[in-house]
Amino acid sequence: MMPPAETILSVENVAVHFGGLVAISDMTFSVSRGEIVALIGPNGAGKTTAFNVITGFLKATSGEVRYRTAVLNGLKPHEISRLGLVRTFQRTSVFQENSVFHNVMIGLHTRGRSKLWDTLLGTSRERESERELVNAALEILKFVGLEHRTTTLAANLAYGEQRLLGVALALAAKPSMLLLDEPVSGMNATETARFVKLVEKIRDAGTTILLVEHDMQMVMKVSDRVVVLNYGRIIAEGAPGQIQNNPEVIRAYLGQRKKRA
Amino acid sequence: MQELLQHLANALLLGSTYALLGIGLTLIFGIMRVVNFTHGELYSFGAYAVFFLEAALGVNFFVAIVVAVIAGCLLGALIEFALLRPIQGADIDTTMLVMIGAWIFMQNSELLYWGGVAKSIKTPFPEAPLQLGLISVSWLRIFVLVVGSVLIVATYFFIDHTKLGKAIRATFQDHDTAALMGINIKGIYTATFALGSGLAAAAGALLGPVFLVTPTMGDIASLKAFAIVILGGLGNITGATIGGFILAFVEELGAGYVSSGYRDAMGFVIIIVILLFKPTGLFTRADRIG
Amino acid sequence: MKRALPIFWLLVLFTLPVWLRDPYFLHITIITAIFIIAAMSLNLLLGYTGQLSLGHVAFFGIGAYASALTSLGFDIELPGGLHIVHAPWPAIAGFPVGIVVAGLCGYMIGKLSFKVRGAYFVIVTISFAEVMRLVALNWVDLTQGPLALNNIPPYSIWLPGIGEYEIWSKVVFFYVVAAVGVACYLIIQRLVQSRIGRAMVALKDNESLAISVGIDVTRYLVLAAVMSAAMAGAAGSLYAHYVKIIDPEIFLFIYTVTMVIMVITGGKGTLAGPIVGGVIFGFLPVVVRSYVAPAVQWMIYGALMIVIVFLLPRGIVPAIEQYFLNRKQADRPPDVAVLADLDAPKS
Repeated sequence: MMPPAETILSVENVAVHFGGLVAISDMTFSVSRGEIVALIGPNGAGKTTAFNVITGFLKATSGEVRYRTAVLNGLKPHEISRLGLVRTFQRTSVFQENSVFHNVMIGLHTRGRSKLWDTLLGTSRERESERELVNAALEILKFVGLEHRTTTLAANLAYGEQRLLGVALALAAKPSMLLLDEPVSGMNATETARFVKLVEKIRDAGTTILLVEHDMQMVMKVSDRVVVLNYGRIIAEGAPGQIQNNPEVIRAYLGQRKKRA
Repeated sequence: MQELLQHLANALLLGSTYALLGIGLTLIFGIMRVVNFTHGELYSFGAYAVFFLEAALGVNFFVAIVVAVIAGCLLGALIEFALLRPIQGADIDTTMLVMIGAWIFMQNSELLYWGGVAKSIKTPFPEAPLQLGLISVSWLRIFVLVVGSVLIVATYFFIDHTKLGKAIRATFQDHDTAALMGINIKGIYTATFALGSGLAAAAGALLGPVFLVTPTMGDIASLKAFAIVILGGLGNITGATIGGFILAFVEELGAGYVSSGYRDAMGFVIIIVILLFKPTGLFTRADRIG
Repeated sequence: MKRALPIFWLLVLFTLPVWLRDPYFLHITIITAIFIIAAMSLNLLLGYTGQLSLGHVAFFGIGAYASALTSLGFDIELPGGLHIVHAPWPAIAGFPVGIVVAGLCGYMIGKLSFKVRGAYFVIVTISFAEVMRLVALNWVDLTQGPLALNNIPPYSIWLPGIGEYEIWSKVVFFYVVAAVGVACYLIIQRLVQSRIGRAMVALKDNESLAISVGIDVTRYLVLAAVMSAAMAGAAGSLYAHYVKIIDPEIFLFIYTVTMVIMVITGGKGTLAGPIVGGVIFGFLPVVVRSYVAPAVQWMIYGALMIVIVFLLPRGIVPAIEQYFLNRKQADRPPDVAVLADLDAPKS
């Protein structure tokens, strides 16, 4: 038995209400350093809402989210991102009108060291900072395997490559924990397999990962632990093998079978 | 006291036409997501149409108003068909630029045709105002209030009870579903733009005789319509109706008790205050889940 | 070649007075150059952050009035018995004052309206300009209202050996405007090719995504508004001390429209766009005016605006760039040095 790893993200009794509608009624779970955790559940279970609350894009009606030592409630999304908790989005996760290279340069924003005056006066700090960013950008593109596409406009990338760029962009923001929202939806089997390798590579480089995904094969393959949401509450939690055989999880998914196709 | 009553009466009379302007603009924005800068030009078009029909063709004043409103609808339909339909689905900035171009074009063609000198429209109403207790009101303004109110009620009736009105409402709530239900969205757009333009032309046809008709009268009308719409919440018809009256009251009281020079500034002050404190307008329900 | 091109254009710019002997053409050139500066400032907001400011003339006018009043002095009575007397300062002091006052207004409008975007931002900016016009019209103690501020002194500079030199000469003033224009161009260029510019373009492209990588959107929008307003204020100050008379008409919407047309025709979000558009719409009226009435001139502007949006939605400069890009479709693998130079967004 390994010693319990350090908890870095903890979501405690979080609820989200929109007017009279309850999107998340009571959610409690945590993620430990170095884990790959999947958040799954039928459509409308509140998975994306959970992401939005954790990353500050939505306010929790009650409850608390903590990342390492910081309480995230009340922080703005960009502040949360700067704490190292970086997310991707379901569909439009790239800057369409910018080149691949520029996308990553934008992602590197917070790593830049130059101030407004450096920029206006063109100081050596500005030039050094830019050079560092260019190098970092190329490194990240190589890491995700897009180095041959640097000048392509993001909108012109193939779908699978856009998803890779989305991850590259998030990696540029130097996450200590990465939240991926349905990263392989729409990918074919080969692309998915490649993506799973990338996710593992990112984790091995020291980044904790929380992902929302519908592709159960992918989830079961990549995750250390699975958390199941249904109707805004957590109904099961455990290793992939345990989850697959959990009767409540099977029941929750049965009603959704038809839609899945 | 007498002064205050007089101001309130004036505001009430002005409010109905402001409401017409606001409803027209809010309908167009609510359904088409187009910030319609030609709205003020339709307003001045209505006024010029009445002037032209009456002064040049000798048409009866009341008939001239009806014709002006119909012509306004047609012109609106034409603008939608020629300028907006080809760029349907473009972002809001693009349509805005096109509408600004159309606005400048229309305003200057008026200036070219009519010249910069203000025109006044003759009306069949007696000059002597009606004395109602402490306040006096001109017959023309009473006529404006009555017709304005009738048009507001008629618009409500149209939206709530006719087939086309229901289709407009359905489109307003959900474009995609409306399209799936077999509603002709393009047709709805043209109809909406025509309706909104007709209401603006009606406001111009009614207020033209009260004030003077000038090529730039539409600018301030456009900006006031924006203020009304923001006051009531973008796309909210009832909000626009109430907003029209509120703006009229604020202007009238502001002009009476603060400074008449800043009368037209009241609308902008309202815009800025509203956007600061309640950007969704005064009359919005709780946010929908998006 | 790459280095030669800017030098070539600078040479053209600074020898212009030599070619333009005719004082009337020099006058048009100066006015055009002032408007190009205003258009460049608008482009920073419209082209790079995607915020359409339709009240941009307000910052131009505020710069003009602030600068003129600094050099003319004023004596006003504020409510509450506050009496403010300002003795005339040297005209050149008006330039920084105009920049700072316009910049502060940009900050205010930025803070106020970036809570609300899109259509709301447009309407707030229009309203702001209109309120400014009404203030200029009605605050007669300060602005003389419709009587206009007259006899605005020219800039004066102290030159060693000559002493106090007042710029009455059109040729000298042209060089002042050109210098300010080049400075503004360089500032904008540095900004948009830095991480600040990338942040601006990012929030225009996809705001949520920009936030998610840690970009403080409000901060960069306000920064863009302040820089943009300050430059428009500089242009306003140049205008005031060049034409030497300003009235509330300076806040007319039509001037904003002129700036917008310049930007979208040339190509919003490109460095050269406002200049190309500015040259076209600065000199076009001169050509057109000799044939048709002013109303027709504006009708042509309105129609052109529609035509450009329909046919060249991205503007002239991107269209030309695209043409050359297609021609030399050599597809060489890009090296890092080239990449670093690609910083200007291609949107």
